Amino acid sequence: MFRFRLLATAGLLIGMAAPAAAETIYVTNEKDNTVTVVDGEKLAITDRIKVGRRPRGITFNHDGTRLYVCVGDDNRIDVIDIASRKVVDRLPSGPDPELFVLDPNKRRLYVANEDDNMVSVVDTESKKVIGDIQVGVEPEGMALSPDGSLLVNTSETTNMAHFIDAERHEIVGNVLVDARPRVAQFTRDGKHVWVSSEIGGTVAVIDAATKQIVRKIGFEVRGVKREAIQPVGIAMTKDGKRVFVALGPSNRVAEVNPETMEVTKYHLVGQRVWNLAFSPDEKRLYTTNGVSNDLSVIDLEKDRVIKSIPVGGAPWGVVVKP
Amino acid sequence: MTTRRALLGALLATAFGLGLPLALQFPAQGQAPAASQPAAAQAVRIGYLSQEEDPRIPLTFLEPELTDEGVQGARLALADNNTTGRFTNQKFELVETVVPRDGDPAEGLRSLAADGVRLVVLDLPAEALAKVAALPEAAGLLLFNSRAPDDALRNEGCRANLLHTIPSRRMLTDALGQYLVWKKWVNWALIVGPAPEDKLYAEAVRRTAKRFGARIVEEKAWTFDTSGNRRTDTGLVTIQSEIPVATQLRDHDVLIVADETDQFGEYLDGHTWLPRPVAGTQGYTPTAWARVNEQWGATQMHNRFERLAGRWMTARDYAAWLAVRSVGEAATRTASGDPAAIAAFVRSPQFELAGFKGPPFTYRDWDGQLRQPVLIAGPRMLVSVSPQEGFLHQNSLLDTLGDDAPESKCRKAR
Repeated sequence: MFRFRLLATAGLLIGMAAPAAAETIYVTNEKDNTVTVVDGEKLAITDRIKVGRRPRGITFNHDGTRLYVCVGDDNRIDVIDIASRKVVDRLPSGPDPELFVLDPNKRRLYVANEDDNMVSVVDTESKKVIGDIQVGVEPEGMALSPDGSLLVNTSETTNMAHFIDAERHEIVGNVLVDARPRVAQFTRDGKHVWVSSEIGGTVAVIDAATKQIVRKIGFEVRGVKREAIQPVGIAMTKDGKRVFVALGPSNRVAEVNPETMEVTKYHLVGQRVWNLAFSPDEKRLYTTNGVSNDLSVIDLEKDRVIKSIPVGGAPWGVVVKP
Repeated sequence: MTTRRALLGALLATAFGLGLPLALQFPAQGQAPAASQPAAAQAVRIGYLSQEEDPRIPLTFLEPELTDEGVQGARLALADNNTTGRFTNQKFELVETVVPRDGDPAEGLRSLAADGVRLVVLDLPAEALAKVAALPEAAGLLLFNSRAPDDALRNEGCRANLLHTIPSRRMLTDALGQYLVWKKWVNWALIVGPAPEDKLYAEAVRRTAKRFGARIVEEKAWTFDTSGNRRTDTGLVTIQSEIPVATQLRDHDVLIVADETDQFGEYLDGHTWLPRPVAGTQGYTPTAWARVNEQWGATQMHNRFERLAGRWMTARDYAAWLAVRSVGEAATRTASGDPAAIAAFVRSPQFELAGFKGPPFTYRDWDGQLRQPVLIAGPRMLVSVSPQEGFLHQNSLLDTLGDDAPESKCRKAR
């Protein structure tokens, strides 16, 4: 323990000496009950932050000074202060929060509570649940349109993407997708929502205005059984030109050209890849690999994996701070 | 709380059934998607047929005596279907029919059929199930076997109107066999209980050994009488002296027990002549479902079930859940309440069901068995999930468990 602390301090010092552009990666470890801090310059661990049980969803607050972490087995959200690297506060949620999305304009978190068919609206200032929205069985993915008006929640056993008026907290449309939808993601222009279906093995691209599926993207990896292809995490570049989809136990990340909606490449990463995050310059993609307990680093210029970093027990969520 | 919720559901279901008998019995084909008819919800009625019987008294004192096994799984699936139905404007109803102890299950099916129910979950043992499935009234129905693991029902006794959501014995023993072979525990001793089911389980174990290259070094029939009451003040002394003698078998890696009726298998572990693990119907058990599974979202399934039933979910509950969810999934996907459309979709290659064990489940077209992984459950922890790595199949790894198409003796009209 002492030795670890020494190492961590050393890492911190080196980190401070590094160029200001170097990013920091934060990874939730479902099994370890920690958030691992990784220096993007050195690609080395600099710290581990203890949080509640079963941390999964992770996101920044508005000014990037704090991290919100869903700790499902403790039925709450932990708040990490980035400067001190400690849990300094907690927010309420419904039972077993898994994923959430922060309103870009308001102090509101929309939280999917996997255990009670409910999306909770949490005021991050008053630290109160200010509303509940009844959705399908096992709410999971959360996405918010760029203007903050339209919320999308996926329900894993109902197999739907629920479109919700974010102001009135009312469902305005339901789109049936393939089995066990996980992650939902709006395109930057707000026109489409991409929804991954873990068991169905597809990604549905939904028109946000008409609530119709405009395209269903399938995946095929030679030598990998169809059952092992289980799409989860989705990441899109700011210019909307490149989209990446994590394919779970197939140990691949697919790159999709959003123009043609065709898969252009499969990257081999660690085992059971869950979620994805870009570096701020979008030259790198970080992937959490739940079974091999590591973080893969894909160099998007060279188009190959340049490093795997062991981060902790069952890494799940990932965010990057410039 | 739990009871009240179930009761309320039943009342609603009854009220609904009375209100719309015509629509329920003769749903129009090719209805428009539900969203365009905000007024009347599409009705989907699912029959659930079982017979009153004595509760099974488990040998262990840690397990409760169950009087509602199976039906609670169906009720949970009904609630799950109806949560989704709120968004699709579909309303599911479970028509529970329990035939009295001295009654005839055939009467139960006839009454369901006469009531217009076309999709029926059968929570019946093999013999009664076979009789019911063969009735002329059952010909146009889609039946789900959620209880009987008998291989004969999937082979010589298979029927075009019958699907199986509970794994077959061969699937279970293949799942265990794959794990043991993966562990390189390939020398098995086999103890077979006196019940007819035990003999069938032993047959499946022998077939598994042959398939995966394991060896049954010795086999023994259980002849000790353990049929008395499980609770006595001096019982343990006899167990401790009897079991070592009973398990004096040629050296083996693992002792496999076939005791489906739970008469003696629990006594083996800790008492065996050689210090060997026990597996089979007790010990490390291949099963469709167990409380020890916490992966693939199983936690939420346990939580929902325990809130509803006030106890743990068993494999029989789970198989009933799968059957009712199969109907729900097909109704959602087809946006139809028509039993014929639902039945056709369940059997189509487009059908996929999520069942909290990883990959999607589908029905085998050669014998109607639902493909699914099988858990290897320890008494306190999950040991593994089969199929195991290294067992290969040209189509689906799940088809390494149980009868594959070339082996199947099912010659049903497709």
